[in-house]
Amino acid sequence: MATNELPREHYLNSEFGIKSWLLTKDHKRIGILYLLSITFFFFIGGFFATLIRIHLLTPEGALVSADNYNKLFTMHGIMMVFFFLIPSVPAVLGNFVLPLMLGAKDVAFPRINLLSWYIFIIGGVVTLWALVSGGVDTGWTFYTPFSTTFSNTHVITAALGIFIAGFSSILTGLNFIVTIHRMRAPGLTWFRLPLFVWATYATSLIQVLGTPVIAITIVLVALERAFHIGVFDPAYGGDPVLFQHMFWFYSHPAVYIMILPGMGIISELISTFSRKPIFGYKFVAFSSLAIAVFGFIVWSHHMFIAGISVYAAMVASFLSFAVAIPSAIKTFNWAATLYKGSISYRTPMLYAFGFLGLFAIGGLTGLFLATLGLDVHLHDTYFIIAHFHYIMVGGMVMAYLGGIHYWWPKITGRMYPEPWAKLSAMIVFVGFNLTFFPQFILGYLGMPRRYASYPPDWQVLHVLSTAGASILAIGYLLPMIYLLYSLRFGEVAGDNPWGATSLEWQTTSPPPLHNFEVTPVVTEEAYHYSKDREAAFV
Amino acid sequence: MLLNIPLFPESASNMSRQVDYLYFFQIANLLFFTVLVAALVVYFAIRYRRAKSPKPEPIHGSMILEIAWSVIPLGISLIMFAWGAWVYFHFNRPPANAMEIYGTGKQWMWKFQHIEGAREINQLHVPVDRDVRVVLTSQDVIHDFAVPAFRLKGDVIPGRYTSVWFRATKTGTYRLFCDQYCGTLHSGMVGDVIVMNPADYQDWVATRAEGSLGQQGEKIFQQLGCNTCHRSDSQARGPNLAGLYGNPVKLKDGSTVIADEGYIRESVVNPNAKIVAGFDSIMPTFQGQINEDDMLALVYYIKSLHSQEPGGPVKTSPNSTEVPGANPPVKLQ
Repeated sequence: MATNELPREHYLNSEFGIKSWLLTKDHKRIGILYLLSITFFFFIGGFFATLIRIHLLTPEGALVSADNYNKLFTMHGIMMVFFFLIPSVPAVLGNFVLPLMLGAKDVAFPRINLLSWYIFIIGGVVTLWALVSGGVDTGWTFYTPFSTTFSNTHVITAALGIFIAGFSSILTGLNFIVTIHRMRAPGLTWFRLPLFVWATYATSLIQVLGTPVIAITIVLVALERAFHIGVFDPAYGGDPVLFQHMFWFYSHPAVYIMILPGMGIISELISTFSRKPIFGYKFVAFSSLAIAVFGFIVWSHHMFIAGISVYAAMVASFLSFAVAIPSAIKTFNWAATLYKGSISYRTPMLYAFGFLGLFAIGGLTGLFLATLGLDVHLHDTYFIIAHFHYIMVGGMVMAYLGGIHYWWPKITGRMYPEPWAKLSAMIVFVGFNLTFFPQFILGYLGMPRRYASYPPDWQVLHVLSTAGASILAIGYLLPMIYLLYSLRFGEVAGDNPWGATSLEWQTTSPPPLHNFEVTPVVTEEAYHYSKDREAAFV
Repeated sequence: MLLNIPLFPESASNMSRQVDYLYFFQIANLLFFTVLVAALVVYFAIRYRRAKSPKPEPIHGSMILEIAWSVIPLGISLIMFAWGAWVYFHFNRPPANAMEIYGTGKQWMWKFQHIEGAREINQLHVPVDRDVRVVLTSQDVIHDFAVPAFRLKGDVIPGRYTSVWFRATKTGTYRLFCDQYCGTLHSGMVGDVIVMNPADYQDWVATRAEGSLGQQGEKIFQQLGCNTCHRSDSQARGPNLAGLYGNPVKLKDGSTVIADEGYIRESVVNPNAKIVAGFDSIMPTFQGQINEDDMLALVYYIKSLHSQEPGGPVKTSPNSTEVPGANPPVKLQ
């Protein structure tokens, strides 16, 4: 399969110079701009996480003052949620891969696509400005009336940055929805779409419908802080719990923005590396939409102990169990896809295996928290921290890294070094579990989140967690090194190194400026692997 | 060192075992499905590895399996839901005869007031084997009253009364945390719940009483001049408060509210929110003129003004004196 030379012309050498990147309307280059920017934000967020874990090595706190600790976890959360996780898969891999998968030349609105990157960068710069000018200490959740009245830090600046970045998310979602509706190649019907497209579609719906609510909420917080308009602060006649309703109305669906695209990647990986169509394609596709829809009506499960009515809590609890079912369906279908496959253990598949295990634990511990009586004890403890890191880091970041490795040959034309990549995938898996598993135990013991100090008898568990975080950090730094190395020294990949079926693999690697020399025509279902095809591929 | 890893918190309340059972059930469920998925993945990955299985079988799905793995998890979820809701319901329904303690959260300490008059900071003394309801509010931001040994937690919200209840089953000292992030010294907003034998508790509370909560509340009632309007004679310009607590109140707009602690507090800080039928909105707001500790004493005092047969003396809590000018009381409805 592999040839020894990159194609003569492709999107990376069609133009040169800074201007050709900063003014590009090519979805592939914009994807790379996003890749560079969110990697930057990821390492900032990761740097804060490192300081947090070092600080918690001793019960009284080893590193910083309580005020600075509060800023650390706040900025860690803001960076990771709003500037890494939410844009990660949609804006990087979605931008790069989605039009290729659809057989399209670009997204529907290429100029808006570039605009959304600039908006994202402006939002990021404003938030970084809040950070360097003294930081913010409200937690990424900005709970009122602390954020509106009592915090002396740069709340409005940080909130403004998130507000701005939100428009980038809305525009990207809008762009993808229109692209998926209008720009599919001839013959590419809805049920022939790769499941990554379905997942991205569901994600985009949430981005478009949910993000305006957080924007409104943030504006109200800023107005309350500046002019005491009396919406959230009881001292002026407001209701602090109202903020929580509004905040979680976006931020719970945002959890699905952070995991749905990862699920889409896993479908691609498992199909490609087991050489099989995804088991129960329609169930997996519709479960993405079900998650997107149900995700909008479960926000109150963040508020079981916030004095809401018992009956409201019961409804939210019931719906939270309901929203878990589509995730269960997906997981079982992925496992069943492996049955009678032809499985190869390439790096992306190792990430997919890791995802299955960690996502299962993350999802099932979510049921602990949906259980009303149990949530009373677990709420706001390290159990929550462990749970959502299993989903966000164990699930989404594993899927993202799997996707980066999987599409790396398409993006760059070159292979990453397989042995190093496998090693780092295993380091990430081990380091992750060692970091976050002890936090489940800490949570049941009662360790509250956002504490700069803790009772001495819990130190062993914190030390284990910090040790795990050190291993995890190595697992994240290694790919930085070998992926950069592969840009120059990696083996030339060829058009379709995995023998995959979807359209992005039917063009050259890297693809030409307009993706396809001839518009592809689709005549087969997604994932049309077969015995005959395998004979030809091998 | 590994042998010293704590795995499980102490259990010291009527509810802690109930919560633990939910936890064990969830762990069993977690283990079952995680092991199931992991075993399937590992087995298939080895059994159908490329070297052994070069030609895949294109299988598209199975309706029976899809139904099975939708319906079975849904069934298990329903059990979890109903069981969890039952326990939660219990957490939210304090027994009617629970003894009351009033607590205020403020950056960054806990203050508790016992009805007998004892006040304490960052410590909460309670008797063992007795239902205790802690009525909570915050002076500033949202806090959260959490006692892991009781598996108990409840947000403490400014401008509002919430409550938690428990029955401690073992004497001892248990950790009290603030579980809702509240600013700089959030991690310093910790304390102890000290569960004592009833006799020890009586001694403790008796030696610290400096005038009962009702007497403190009455003093505030007079200082703020409440009694100039809230009286039962013909000069009353506000509703009589005797027998108010726990009963329905008819409002000017025709609706009815039950006079709970939150209603009483709201009527002090925001009197125009709910005007009682037959009265004008002439009461000034006391927002900002009374701190939450005093407010709790005031609310407790108003609660303790029992109604009684017309013509009889006003009955109040044992340690409180009678309300001046509250005689004869008029029924509110």
